[in-house]
Amino acid sequence: MNQPAKSPARLLTPFNVIAAVILAGGAAIGLLRFIKGLGATTNLSNDVPWGLWIGFDVMTGVALAAGGFTITTAVYLFGMKEYKPIVRPAVLTGFLGYALVVVGLVVDLGRPWRLPYPFIVKAGPTSALFEIALCVMLYLTTLFIESTPAAFEWLGWKRLRKLVGSMTIALTIFGLLLSTLHQSTLGAMFLATPTRLHPLWHSTYIPVHFFVSAIAAGISMLIVEGSLSHRVFRDQVEISHEQFDKITIGLGKAGAVVLLTYFIIKVMAIGLENEWHYLATPYGALFLVELLGFVALPCFGFLLGYRERRPLLIRISAVITVIGIIFNRLNVSIFAYNWQLPAERRYIPHWMEIWVTVAIVTAGVVAFRWIVKRMPILHEHPEWRGVH
Amino acid sequence: MSVSRRGFLQGMAAGTLAAGTAGAAGFKHFEGYPGRYGLLHDVNLCVGCRSCEVACNQVNDNPPPEPPTADKSVFTKMRRPTSKQYTVVNRYLNEADGKPPVYRKQQCMHCNEPCCASVCFVHAFTKTPEGPVLYDPSVCVGCRYCVNACPYYALSYEYEKPFEPRVVRCTMCYPRIKKGLKPACAEACPMGAIKFGRREELIKLARERIRKRPADYIDHVYGEHEFGGTSWLVIGGTSFAKLGLFEGVTHESIPELGSGFLSVVPLIVSVYPGLLAGIYAFSKRKERLAREEREAAVSEAVSKASEETKQKLSAAADKAKKDKDNAVAQAVKKALAEAEKASGKEVSK
Repeated sequence: MNQPAKSPARLLTPFNVIAAVILAGGAAIGLLRFIKGLGATTNLSNDVPWGLWIGFDVMTGVALAAGGFTITTAVYLFGMKEYKPIVRPAVLTGFLGYALVVVGLVVDLGRPWRLPYPFIVKAGPTSALFEIALCVMLYLTTLFIESTPAAFEWLGWKRLRKLVGSMTIALTIFGLLLSTLHQSTLGAMFLATPTRLHPLWHSTYIPVHFFVSAIAAGISMLIVEGSLSHRVFRDQVEISHEQFDKITIGLGKAGAVVLLTYFIIKVMAIGLENEWHYLATPYGALFLVELLGFVALPCFGFLLGYRERRPLLIRISAVITVIGIIFNRLNVSIFAYNWQLPAERRYIPHWMEIWVTVAIVTAGVVAFRWIVKRMPILHEHPEWRGVH
Repeated sequence: MSVSRRGFLQGMAAGTLAAGTAGAAGFKHFEGYPGRYGLLHDVNLCVGCRSCEVACNQVNDNPPPEPPTADKSVFTKMRRPTSKQYTVVNRYLNEADGKPPVYRKQQCMHCNEPCCASVCFVHAFTKTPEGPVLYDPSVCVGCRYCVNACPYYALSYEYEKPFEPRVVRCTMCYPRIKKGLKPACAEACPMGAIKFGRREELIKLARERIRKRPADYIDHVYGEHEFGGTSWLVIGGTSFAKLGLFEGVTHESIPELGSGFLSVVPLIVSVYPGLLAGIYAFSKRKERLAREEREAAVSEAVSKASEETKQKLSAAADKAKKDKDNAVAQAVKKALAEAEKASGKEVSK
């Protein structure tokens, strides 16, 4: 396929220059954070110890990286082979996503060099975070192994490639198991904060809310990222437009089912805990915007797009869903959190926090681009056609 | 079951087991360590002199409270404990009820089953049998889940420290209790608004005060049952919601609220592999059956086709033979006729 840019002139593209500035700034702020501490680089406080870096980089990042386990389950366990062409980009996005979640976490933790402590020094198994740490560690490893076939094909390491191929089913089952656990447990972290999280978002069912919405996020990310890849890396893509549209429409159908399920369980939680009266408050308005504008609306869009075979409508609905998931995770961890605190004790992110978050996302895009241009991600390697 | 007792199971394998027992022991109830200490804050007696703040900062080697106690403007703003001051006294206006303002001291409540201990993934907090909840900075990773989850907004974090930031809060003067002394705040209070003693005794004392002056007290000892109960108890004549405390919360402890879900974890771990392998086998089987059906159909079609072809071939061969025979016969006839003609000519010559 196409050759990597070698000459320095080709390196000075607008994309590269902007990405380099963002990344350099992010690295500088990261350094400052380790010299001066979190106090100098964030607006975190004793009232709000978790800000954008946990709310977006970790909470949202994990949900948006759910495409990997969703699609490997569909293709390898349920036998939906027609989606095979999008497995590799999804697994790669998942791996990069989780790797960057860990980067975000390292920046945010007070003493990140102690990250292995729960497993080697002192375990706190009563904590939801203990389970998340364990699952994320194992799942990151799983995603790494799942994304090696492309690298092995590229490098021509046939034995290793065959070995990993033979582990496909086991890795898929392991990945789904770990994802079920940590996606839901991210929600379970808020079971311990019944007074601090607004009742409309807090629920005994919050683990299930988090898991189901993560699947919706995963499916939507597959659609969004697929459409972008097909536009940006046109020379890499092997499958035809018709085939890709068919995949998009199929994903849209799945998205409609998952979002409808999510809508039902969200409404059910309000009903079972009898919290209808909160809907008439400002937080109720925020909740309704989220539920109607970012769950019900894209659900309808997916449904219509599937019925009338309109891939564009499905793509738009996927974008709305992705924004909705970001909105939901930020609502839970920031906007509707500490809702009873007076305004002056609430949180607005520091510009350095925003910069680091943008830099982390940029790093993901740059890494994805670098790999896709070299390895067989969007197309099959000629020697390994049709092999797991 | 207490978090600290739960915590003796350590290591990764034990992690799953402990999470399991947390939910499995659902019907049992841990009353707490017998004879443990507590403190009773009587809001009705507190005058907001902040002597407790001064004493607390002295004992904990913190700089004196800012602004100094003489400066009453401090009460125009709501404060909360910080990493440099583990306790603060706030003023709550009471004009609506036609009463003078009241003051409440705020600090770590030292829960019977502490939220901070249950959410810590390195188990850095321990509920001591004496009552205080202690923190071990030597294992803390600095995730601040405890600071984020505490329902009383009592924990602080040293954000200014880049290398060894700690979570800090009231220790209930554990070192002093060990020496047989009262916590510094209780000793410093000139009004007797902070009473130190065995928690059981303090609850009796609180009830006694409420019984004697029912007009001045709300009939509720805050902290007796809230979120499983706390070592610090509060009584007074102003609604607790007005004093910045959550009223009407569950008597279940926060660790209990989360344990139900965590008990599902080992279940998922044990059920998923078999279930998913089953789903995989099912989809494989469907695939295999479909393939076999297809193959059968194809071979049938092929055999049917080959039968027809054979028939056609033999028919064609027959026809060809017939045609050939016809052609031969005709050729013979023609030859004979020509021979006859020729012989006729010869005869006529």
